[in-house]
Amino acid sequence: MKIWRWILVGLVCTAFVLRIGAVELGRRQPTERISGSAGDVLEDDPVGRLKVFVYELPSKYNKKILQKDSRCLTHMFAAEIFMHRFLLSSPVRTLNPEEADWFYTPVYTTCDLTPNGLPLPFKSPRMMRSAIQLISSNWPYWNRTEGADHFFVVPHDFGACFHYQEAKAIERGILPLLQRATLVQTFGQRNHVCLKEGSITVPPYAPPQKMQTHLIPEKTPRSIFVYFRGLFYDVGNDPEGGYYARGARAAVWENFKDNPLFDISTEHPTTYYEDMQRAVFCLCPLGWAPWSPRLVEAVIFGCIPVIIADDIVLPFADAIPWEEIGVFVDEKDVPNLDTILTSIPPEVILRKQRLLANPSMKQAMLFPQPAQPGDAFHQVLNGLARKLPHDRSIYLKPGEKILNWTAGPVGDLKPW
Amino acid sequence: MKLSALHQSYLSRRSNSFRGSAPLDSSSDSAIKSPAAVFWLVLHGLCCLISLVLGYRFSRLVFFFIFSTSATTTNFYTAPFRNAATDLATTVLSSNPMVTNNVEVPVANKTTPSTNSRVVVGRHGILIRPWPHPNPTEVMKAHRLIERVQKEQRAHFGVKNPRTVIAVTPTYVRTFQTLHLTGVMHSLMLVPYDLVWIVVEAGGVTNETASLIAKSQLRTVHVGIKQRMPNSWEERHKLEAKMRLRALRVVREEKLDGIVMFADDSNMHSMELFDEIQNVKWFGAVSVGILAHSEDPDDSSLTAKEKEDGAGSSPVPVQGPACNASNKLVGWHTFNSLPYAGKSATYIDDRATVLPRKLEWAGFVLSSRLLWKETEDKPEWVNDLDLLDKVEDIESPLSLLKDHSVVEPLGSCGRQVLIWWLRVEARADSKFPPRWIIDPPLEITVPSKHTPWPDAPPELPSTEKVVMGVQEQEHTVKHTAKTRTPRSRRSSRSKRKHEAKVIDPQISSRHSEQN
Repeated sequence: MKIWRWILVGLVCTAFVLRIGAVELGRRQPTERISGSAGDVLEDDPVGRLKVFVYELPSKYNKKILQKDSRCLTHMFAAEIFMHRFLLSSPVRTLNPEEADWFYTPVYTTCDLTPNGLPLPFKSPRMMRSAIQLISSNWPYWNRTEGADHFFVVPHDFGACFHYQEAKAIERGILPLLQRATLVQTFGQRNHVCLKEGSITVPPYAPPQKMQTHLIPEKTPRSIFVYFRGLFYDVGNDPEGGYYARGARAAVWENFKDNPLFDISTEHPTTYYEDMQRAVFCLCPLGWAPWSPRLVEAVIFGCIPVIIADDIVLPFADAIPWEEIGVFVDEKDVPNLDTILTSIPPEVILRKQRLLANPSMKQAMLFPQPAQPGDAFHQVLNGLARKLPHDRSIYLKPGEKILNWTAGPVGDLKPW
Repeated sequence: MKLSALHQSYLSRRSNSFRGSAPLDSSSDSAIKSPAAVFWLVLHGLCCLISLVLGYRFSRLVFFFIFSTSATTTNFYTAPFRNAATDLATTVLSSNPMVTNNVEVPVANKTTPSTNSRVVVGRHGILIRPWPHPNPTEVMKAHRLIERVQKEQRAHFGVKNPRTVIAVTPTYVRTFQTLHLTGVMHSLMLVPYDLVWIVVEAGGVTNETASLIAKSQLRTVHVGIKQRMPNSWEERHKLEAKMRLRALRVVREEKLDGIVMFADDSNMHSMELFDEIQNVKWFGAVSVGILAHSEDPDDSSLTAKEKEDGAGSSPVPVQGPACNASNKLVGWHTFNSLPYAGKSATYIDDRATVLPRKLEWAGFVLSSRLLWKETEDKPEWVNDLDLLDKVEDIESPLSLLKDHSVVEPLGSCGRQVLIWWLRVEARADSKFPPRWIIDPPLEITVPSKHTPWPDAPPELPSTEKVVMGVQEQEHTVKHTAKTRTPRSRRSSRSKRKHEAKVIDPQISSRHSEQN
């Protein structure tokens, strides 16, 4: 009897030791699984969970605009074009609108570019309005719900407020006709007029091939502590400072320009991507709008993003636990940025790097052509699928009208 | 980069669009063209004029100060922070008044959304802390964090299960020993793996060397052999080979486990070398760059030769494994000593080129298990160490192998040069203070500005100042034009306490003229 007891004790001890060994081995892995507030949903497959009907709009809303200026395919707002292309050939697309859960309107509102390549949003409200008028008169599905089961991609600076300047965008507010629709946009800021509840935030478009070609071996040691390249003062539009980025970028410069740990400057080096891969932290401060492609680049290159933008809503916030991956610094705490960053315990830093190394994390930030499983297109569809089934109340009774078709600035009512 | 350029130009075009938007707005708001609009227009014009006069955006300043009193407190910051925005009055701005912005911009209070958001649109101060300079404690903390991150990177992506590095260095006490040995020591101290440093000294173990290698705080094995280092290169190479074998014997006796590499004291090692040699299984070879320099700048024949084969061959000769297209070892790149035939150095302090052997020991690494007496999986193509004792002159560790084709080429099949070979030594009779501590202090104290050291050799003509008479200068110029022996243009200035040797009768006469 005694011997059995000893054997049992011995077995328990070995099991304990093995378990510890397993835990340590697990920690030796370079990646870690990601699960956000909606659960472990990054790798969900949307096929079979929803059906999307794509409206056939005349080509003046999409193809002709693209033909006029093909730069729309490479700038940071290209997500709207690639989303359209993805949906056209995706298995979730259905040609029968009766069985569709969601309706997509392919209108490229962010493709009216200046010679410098920046989109002018002045005609976008009219264009969107014209498109909605078209779909509401040619198909009955808009009027059925007044757009509650429709989604639109509006990747511009302040989303569906259609203006690049924040004060004006807030003044305009979201286009009245889009009040009930789901908006897929890059802009996200809590308690802001231009972020509707139920919107899906997506990352800005960053060219995947270009980033792939600049990868360096993973064993290159990370020797830069903090890295940033970009403007601190926008001398053209805000010479005195204090208005651009709410003064946060200028504060970074003034406080840390001679700090050897901070590799920050306004230069445009050709080794920008390679340098990011050699840095531990990459600053992602707000500019004129809170979001920036730097976040995408930091995630792809494994550099921990330091987000300096109060109340920002990051892409796919319900699927990706950004608090665990990035470092959030309030704008008022910028002068203490070095203290904040150096007081992060090493285990936390290593964990963040492990989360960033997760390939599904990197994939979720990209819009590759052709689409791959787990990429940003699929995350959008997952987000849409999570909103299903539609509440019965979105279906309007016949004759009921909620939207005000004449609301908004007078200029928006002109036909496009 | 592209995106920031986009961003920059995006923002620069806002100005254009503002001018563009103004007529648009005015045309659409034609119905409301009444006193309010006229008033604004007049005010606008007035502000324009004032700004032109003053040289900066006057109206912005006015609105700033007017509306700031009613703005939320987040726009202003208390005393500890220097508010760069309040330096407006003193800054002189661009003389192009962008007045169209002003009416809309500073209206901060209006734009706060109804929900309780703490983010306010409008002008904010730039927060600068009172001492915006790095804090050394934090800098150190950051470096620790970086070290930890790099350690983790090495664990994940670097060499798995790194083996101990066993470095073998033959040395002897001479002037340049400290220079060379310190270089090797620092390289070895930086190696991130476990290290054993076996130092074999010719002429017995001395305190000089022992104190030097003790500074490394590495695990060292200091062995001495009775024979003194001879003065000719040939003999020196042979003795060094014997010293290395002595070290290998130590490896065998102590049953050290790891990778044996030969770190000669005057060579230069790159850090990637130590990462690369971890890949060796039994016996590997790396490419060695040969810095066979010549102290004699007069050697015109050599420079002509370099010009000849400048385009095709690499300027620095490289010794090491040669591979074919499928990365298999097919042969060896060895040192071609033909261009230097007859002009190479014989004695250690010759001024001619010092040549390496055909294949230097430094380019080879081997697993220490090859040297052990009894191992289960010792390959059969290895010779036993005892057999090599009988051989008189061992050229390279290849003698340990029966079959040379089993050598593993390292450093992407010999394409990477990870180690550089160099031999620089001072004159055999040069003296240096022991442990490089001058004790007792120097006796001769001459103000350095006036006369040169009495023992010093003559200055080179290019550096000669017109201190002495013109006659003397002519004299020395004539000397240097005539004399072509290398010895007259010695640049090493080893300070000697005894009198200078008579190098050249003409030059010594110049000395006597000075004195």
